[in-house]
Amino acid sequence: MSGPTDGAARDAGRGADWEMVIGLEVHCELRTATKLFCGCPNSFGDEPNVNVCPVCLGLPGSLPVLNKQAVEFALRIGAALHSLAQSSIFHRKNYFYPDMPKDFQISQYDVPINAGGWLELPSGKRIGIVRAHIEEDTGKTTHVGGGGRIHDAGYSLVDYNRAGVPLVEIVSEPDISSAEEAREYVEELRAILVATGASDGKMEEGSLRVDCNVSVKPLGSEELGTRCEIKNMNSLRSLGRAIAYEAARQAEVLSAGGRVTQETRHWDEAEGRTHSMRSKEEAFDYRYFPEPDLVTLAPSKEWVESVKANLGTMPAQLRRRVADAAGVPASSEAVSTVVRLGLEGLVGAAVDAKADAGLALRRLANEVAGELGDGGGHNLGREAFAHLVLMEQRGELTSAQARSVLKIMVAEGGQPEEVASRLGFKALGAGALEAVVEEVVAANPREWERYAGGDDKLTGFFIGKIKAATGGNADLKAASELLRSRRGAS
Amino acid sequence: MSSPAGASPTGQGPVPAASLSGSCAMSASDIAAGVRSGELSALGVLEEHLSQVERWEPEVHAFNLVTADAARARAREVDAMVAKGKDPGPLAGVPVALKDLLCTRGVPTTCSSRILAGWRPPYDATVVKKVAEAGAVAVGKANMDEFAMGSSTEHSATGPTRNPHDLKRVPGGSSGGSAAAVAAGFSALALGSDTGGSIRQPAALCGVVGVKPTYGLVSRYGLVAFASSLDQIGPFGRSVADAALALDVISGHDELDSTSLPGDPPRAASRLGRGVEGLRVGVIAELAGAEGISPDVAAALDGAAQSLAASGAKVEEISVPSVRFGLSAYYMIAPAEASSNLARYDGVRYGFRSPGQDITEMYMATRSVGFGAEVKRRIMLGTYALSAGYYDAYYGKAQKVRTLIIRDFDSAYSSFDVLLAPTSPTVAFELGAKTADPLAMYLSDVCTIPSNLAGHPAMSVPFGKGECGLPIGVQVLAPALGEPVMFQVAEALEAAAPLGTGDPHGEEAK
Repeated sequence: MSGPTDGAARDAGRGADWEMVIGLEVHCELRTATKLFCGCPNSFGDEPNVNVCPVCLGLPGSLPVLNKQAVEFALRIGAALHSLAQSSIFHRKNYFYPDMPKDFQISQYDVPINAGGWLELPSGKRIGIVRAHIEEDTGKTTHVGGGGRIHDAGYSLVDYNRAGVPLVEIVSEPDISSAEEAREYVEELRAILVATGASDGKMEEGSLRVDCNVSVKPLGSEELGTRCEIKNMNSLRSLGRAIAYEAARQAEVLSAGGRVTQETRHWDEAEGRTHSMRSKEEAFDYRYFPEPDLVTLAPSKEWVESVKANLGTMPAQLRRRVADAAGVPASSEAVSTVVRLGLEGLVGAAVDAKADAGLALRRLANEVAGELGDGGGHNLGREAFAHLVLMEQRGELTSAQARSVLKIMVAEGGQPEEVASRLGFKALGAGALEAVVEEVVAANPREWERYAGGDDKLTGFFIGKIKAATGGNADLKAASELLRSRRGAS
Repeated sequence: MSSPAGASPTGQGPVPAASLSGSCAMSASDIAAGVRSGELSALGVLEEHLSQVERWEPEVHAFNLVTADAARARAREVDAMVAKGKDPGPLAGVPVALKDLLCTRGVPTTCSSRILAGWRPPYDATVVKKVAEAGAVAVGKANMDEFAMGSSTEHSATGPTRNPHDLKRVPGGSSGGSAAAVAAGFSALALGSDTGGSIRQPAALCGVVGVKPTYGLVSRYGLVAFASSLDQIGPFGRSVADAALALDVISGHDELDSTSLPGDPPRAASRLGRGVEGLRVGVIAELAGAEGISPDVAAALDGAAQSLAASGAKVEEISVPSVRFGLSAYYMIAPAEASSNLARYDGVRYGFRSPGQDITEMYMATRSVGFGAEVKRRIMLGTYALSAGYYDAYYGKAQKVRTLIIRDFDSAYSSFDVLLAPTSPTVAFELGAKTADPLAMYLSDVCTIPSNLAGHPAMSVPFGKGECGLPIGVQVLAPALGEPVMFQVAEALEAAAPLGTGDPHGEEAK
């Protein structure tokens, strides 16, 4: 499913032409009420070690019982990623670490619940999905003293509240070809996960964690390079930086005639570089084998079908709907911004009110998105917003006025007429503006003669006069058009 | 850990016949009936058993812990219920021994391992709850081979249990403490666990009835795991009827165990008293004639088959070819699962910890000192079997053998209702006889392992005496959920057993 090479990938090579091959593994914590194999609350930010029981502490004799809600969420994620839901089994992944109460993790291995699939980026490019499987989260260790790593620590604290929290791990094909595309992939995946209701999408709380496999190869080469796995990226920004750094590092090694070693590398956010954690030889042998304490997970056809039927609208469909309404391509930046911020309903409101959906889209993608930044809520009512678009469209407000009104409505809500009058904006229809233009021309005959004679420098003079005459309520673009057409007629 | 072969600590002989008196000689169902009707007091029954424990436990060492005070409190509760006209349940006042790998809330549960030193589970195993709710009185935690790995109860951090029939000999294992407790009259019933024969083999060696139920019939919640896909909890009793009574109390679906079978369990006692007329009984040729089956055991099996035929059953020899590979497959699968199940004993959270310079050293020191030799041997075996590159050749292949065994059994059960086989190749052996030769010890389970691999029920019933007057057990095997017919045949064997079979102290005892 390899897509076309993104030009940005060439940045990696610093001189030579290299292309990046990137695959991502995204761990998504599921928003279940309880943990994956026991009844403990699945809750973030509590006192350490309060949400624990014999099962999630792995006490001798305890046994796991699979959480049905987690399976439902996993099926939703699979459906949203066009995966095949199949009869699956759980495996044990064995390794010693104090944050794992049983010293093995219950995960899915060669027979995951969701196999295959794809995700469509806003650009229209499809990234292949290898699998989306269920597994349990580990606890959280804090190493105190030393370098913050377990072997030099004075002591380590373990919080098992997170142990046994349900995860779905989504593994992509190595179809991603730039740091920017990797970010787009994670953003799109996050939007999908939130849309399914399976995740809150909070990267900062660790609800979404990304590991990344990066390799580089000469541009156009068919043969894949040796890859490195990068861990410890805590934000989209660090994901982008880590990939750019790692690709450049590998390109440099190869350009100098060296060889990339297959290994796991740790991203150091402060230093802005990756460094080796363990080589392939040091890699753990996880001794996977089927988890004997759980039975085959075979969701019924009816269950899978009902999940698909009730999935709701995914971001790509929303983008297509918004794009169709506004008459722009689905891949346009404005469309993806509006959908990313969850503002598509307001485009719908404009359509319902027979307002200009394209204008609505521009206002949302520019002014509203600008006000909201990366998140946060707004107070725009559907009808109020649609009405504002209509007012601007009819010339009852200038575009500058409409933008000012909109900003206030985003912050405070309210009706556009009321906000406009509070700001002293008068409704100035097309006829009223024409009258003002006539007045200004009549009052300045000499200047008009020069303007009419082709002296465009006087445009500013007339616009200034019109602005003053209307107390700033004029649509200046419309005014200059009136001036031009009057000159053409004279 | 293991004591040398030889005389008992105090140089005394077997637990004498005369010592089983009063309620210690009674069946569980008679005790329960007496307590329920008010003819017996649960406390009185308990005190008689505690006296027996006090007298003989120093010789036998069936228990890692005797919970006398808690037992007295529980017995008083049972008596109080009866006094108020309430029914304490089908095991009212029956003293029960619990293998020390069944979690008991607030009561140390050690698996006879140093590594669990000091650990008190915060919860009760489902079976522990069930027997308590049925009115039983838990008298203590029974000794066992460490983490249920062994066939003699010599691999115990607290020292070996001795066979009540001959204190120089082992009681079998790994549930040797449970079997010995029932044989010595310390309790009327006991619970054990059977992964490859750990209930049936000690039952045979101690001359009591021991049952490994269908996999999934009894909840494993709260059973400290050895090999999860093979482990099953089951009862010991001095009679077939008592074992059925206990099994019917502990069986049934448990939502805390995902491998627990759904629906109503078959009642083990449902076909008792019907005789065996017309039943089809197959004697498994490969096990009856297996290498290492001693002549006395072979003779007892013949006798058992003949007695069933005499009672109207149709008895034939049957071949179940793949059972020959059972032992090899078992010693891949069980250690593999154990290597993973026992990973959690790492010194981080509970139990024993040996300090180290860093986490890796701490892990290594803790596990090196905390586990005994046999456990370490099996962890290494299992770790190796699961290693990358070896999985298919070892674990994968063993799982295929398992499938074959199930297929061969299914085919046998298309023509037979139950199958017969020896339980243990020999009668109880002397302490120390096999501790230096792990493979010889492993062969003790050659006849019992196939049922675990298949997930089918099987039980051992005393049938005659062998070398040195020691008890011999005959094994009855049945298809999945075939407990009723299995008990039906076991009851017939019990009734037909040669004189002296039910005598728990051997011909030598005067």
